[in-house]
Amino acid sequence: MSTMNTVGRPTTPNEVTTKPATLTGGRGLLQNEALIFEGDGWGKTGVDLPEPKGSASDLGDLVRKDPIGLPGLSEPEAMRHYVRLSQKNHAIDLAIYPLGSCTMKHNPRLNEKMARLPGFSDIHPLQPISTVQGALELMDQLSHWLKTLTGMPAVALSPKAGAHGELCGLMAIRAAHEAKGEHEQRRKVLVPTSAHGTNPATAAFVGYSVVEVAQTDDGRVDVADLASKLGPDVAAIMVTNPNTCGLFERDILEISRLTHEAGAYFYCDGANFNAIVGRVRPGDLGVDAMHINLHKTFSTPHGGGGPGAGPVVLSEALAPFAPAPWVVHDDNGYRLVEREEDEAPQAFGRLCAFQGQMGMYVRALSYMMSHGSDGLRQVAEDAVLNANYIKARLSDLMSPAFPDGPCMHEALFDDEWLKGTDITTLDFAKAMIDEGFHPMTMYFPLVVHGAMLIEPTETESKAELDRFIEAMRLLAGAALETKDGAGDVDRFKGAPFHAPLRRLDETRAARSPVLRWTAPEGSNQAA
Amino acid sequence: MRYLPLTPDDRTAMLATIGAKSIDDLFVDVPAGARLDGPVDLPRVAGELEVERALSAMANKNASAGSVPFFCGAGAYKHHVPATVDHIIQRSEFLTSYTPYQPEIAQGTLQYLYEFQTQVANLTGMPVANASLYDGSTAMAEGVLMATRVTRRNKAIISGGVHPHYVRATETVVHAVGVETQALPAAIDAEAAVIDQIGPDTACVVVQTPNVFGAATDVTRIAEAAHAAGALLIVVVTEAVSMGLLKSPGEMGADIVAAEGQSIGNALNFGGPYVGLFATREKLIRQMPGRLTGETVDADGERGFVLTLSTREQHIRRDKATSNICTNSGLCTLAFTIHMSLLGETGLRKLALLNHEKAVATRDALAAVPGVEILTPRFFNEFAIKLPKPAAEVVDTLAAHHVLAGVPYSRLAPDAGMDDVLLVAATETTLDTDIKLLAVALGKVLAA
Repeated sequence: MSTMNTVGRPTTPNEVTTKPATLTGGRGLLQNEALIFEGDGWGKTGVDLPEPKGSASDLGDLVRKDPIGLPGLSEPEAMRHYVRLSQKNHAIDLAIYPLGSCTMKHNPRLNEKMARLPGFSDIHPLQPISTVQGALELMDQLSHWLKTLTGMPAVALSPKAGAHGELCGLMAIRAAHEAKGEHEQRRKVLVPTSAHGTNPATAAFVGYSVVEVAQTDDGRVDVADLASKLGPDVAAIMVTNPNTCGLFERDILEISRLTHEAGAYFYCDGANFNAIVGRVRPGDLGVDAMHINLHKTFSTPHGGGGPGAGPVVLSEALAPFAPAPWVVHDDNGYRLVEREEDEAPQAFGRLCAFQGQMGMYVRALSYMMSHGSDGLRQVAEDAVLNANYIKARLSDLMSPAFPDGPCMHEALFDDEWLKGTDITTLDFAKAMIDEGFHPMTMYFPLVVHGAMLIEPTETESKAELDRFIEAMRLLAGAALETKDGAGDVDRFKGAPFHAPLRRLDETRAARSPVLRWTAPEGSNQAA
Repeated sequence: MRYLPLTPDDRTAMLATIGAKSIDDLFVDVPAGARLDGPVDLPRVAGELEVERALSAMANKNASAGSVPFFCGAGAYKHHVPATVDHIIQRSEFLTSYTPYQPEIAQGTLQYLYEFQTQVANLTGMPVANASLYDGSTAMAEGVLMATRVTRRNKAIISGGVHPHYVRATETVVHAVGVETQALPAAIDAEAAVIDQIGPDTACVVVQTPNVFGAATDVTRIAEAAHAAGALLIVVVTEAVSMGLLKSPGEMGADIVAAEGQSIGNALNFGGPYVGLFATREKLIRQMPGRLTGETVDADGERGFVLTLSTREQHIRRDKATSNICTNSGLCTLAFTIHMSLLGETGLRKLALLNHEKAVATRDALAAVPGVEILTPRFFNEFAIKLPKPAAEVVDTLAAHHVLAGVPYSRLAPDAGMDDVLLVAATETTLDTDIKLLAVALGKVLAA
């Protein structure tokens, strides 16, 4: 029997046995939201601008006459539209985002506040140097932190993302071989089978042929295979360390020694630097070039997939080839070398129009300063501790890909444990969504069958990890119940049921691509 | 260490669960010789107040564009961005989300990318656009590479009006794969000179309009000449607002548009992050670099959006991928999309006209300054002037008097022999008093 409050309104819900489909397609507060092109925004604007004077233009036939096709929204409409869309996104501020190799950690708002200081956000890349001394000082400071943390003597700040940094590193390597007159002979780059796809793509981009290096049963580079492929025709090796299996390359010193003996350079993919920052300096491992994803290790927000920032640290041997521009500090203050010919005739050129991702430099330095040298060491330790904790607590139900020894900052499972069920890694991941968690990285690295790569990062509390682990255990238990035709397979096959949308047809999207909105036939809407 | 939630007790308990004696047990795979015993030589943990003070001190040493009469352009423009834009992009669900690998819980990102692609396609007058590249200059490099893939030819002709840093960034990257470039000498208003250079080996012709000197050109004839020779036309635009007033690249026959979108929704940021706009013809989409969002349906038949055509990409094609790019300028595209949605066509056209009028007023004021010669005939919001003194010196002197007068062309291309050329940009943020101050200050410096 329902109880009533003081105005006679029932305060307990009625018992409902079935969940009816909604009439509008909305789901409670999650409303369906049309595209801006489908509303009544044609001719509307949400920005108050002064009336142009209509003073004569001499642009003549250069003036655009036909409708462009851009609807407008008033300010309240714009707020609602984008806030409603935002509610259909998972984000690190909502819950753990355990995408292996992507490093989704807390994004401090202090970083955002600092990046928005007008002295950083509202300065032009080509202002007189005397008016941007503080900005150059910040770039110099960031360089100092990066060089100290990596034990490398030089850094190129301008690459705009990790893959852009790979490009920078390999171009420096190529320039170094050219300077030695060995480029024609060294046309191969060795890449382990477990590498990020950007590694082989970058090597090919710079004109190299890619030779794969095998992996040992314990998930590391096969040093014997590497040694057999090294020779006077090899320009570089590209190794990710810690690697994409979440493991430290134990033989790393041997790998760099062999590489250098063969006259090649050691490119390290620094995507996983967060696992070792403050505890291991890549320079001490014999690395010649390594990009650092500022968004991963140093917490600049991922923003729906970008922008990133990928500064590259370089060894003595490669430093002379770094691209313009760079900051120089002398008695007269800070300067920007914008044309490499002037001061470094061997520099390989320029990677983008301006100084790179200044907004990200501010955020990264803010994060570094907040932690300090002691805190950054703790970052690596907690990231590794959290990953090993997850591995330890899930290994009895799920199958760790490399059970022996500790992992670094991410725990890797394969799909061996799902054998006998009809459930794939994809099904399991989609069922995680229904439980309120973003799935881990799936099917990567490619060397592990049905891979599930879980990276918690250092900013997850033990309570949050326990919550995640409990959910994973319940779900894994439900998956294992389905062996031999028992249990509830549909929970997995049909998932997600509780997300804003059900499973999406990606094949259809690729087969007949629809990449933009167009006005329905017969409509008189613009464009 | 306010960002690290584990307590010492948590750590002890977790190590026990793992079965490790100390944290060092988890780093056993690191060779002993490569382990650091203690912290590196950098400052220790700092509180929020401390960090704020240190970074603010650096910020305060810079002259922000909004604090002085400001006329710098040359590929980065000071515009007013509505407060709504920055508010929305700071929402957690946008700011702290990642690449939409799980489309069912990333429709917010995917739908705005789809809106972005449509807006960019319509703005550039092209059938399709991608979900953005790093910036305009890297977009140009990708455009040239794409043209060589499409035409199976190996040479790019680059007009003398293209931003020198764009040319340099493109040359650096495309030369690595053996693509040849022929960059014409700097010229204020001679885009059509590229036509004479087109040959049977030409993969593409690259022109910029408005060009780095501000000159606006109808490139229709260049497009026709390129197409007649089996080459593609790449149109570079560094000031996206210009497309609100000027004929679109698509209307003039472009095959690829590589543009900088910073002007819409994004701050100057000392050069980045910016947002590269990339648009092309429908039949070329499988050769297009970068991310794409496409429409599809879910298991219930509801419309939804996913990342698509990833078969061109590095995570599937690896060393055969269309490009090595594995990201886009996500948050910057969102800022672009929100600002564009607020402007709408009406607002964008008005904004563009205001920019043009401010630049015309600036030109008229400077034309009256003794010694100044106006070089750019038809322009949008930026033009070049010739000074009787080296432009870099004049700019430095004016900066000391708190006027940022523009960008000396010699800053972009020291060897071009154009030391006396100054690029002057005005936007809707330029006040009439700023224009007067510039004209008076410039008059004084030139008379001195």
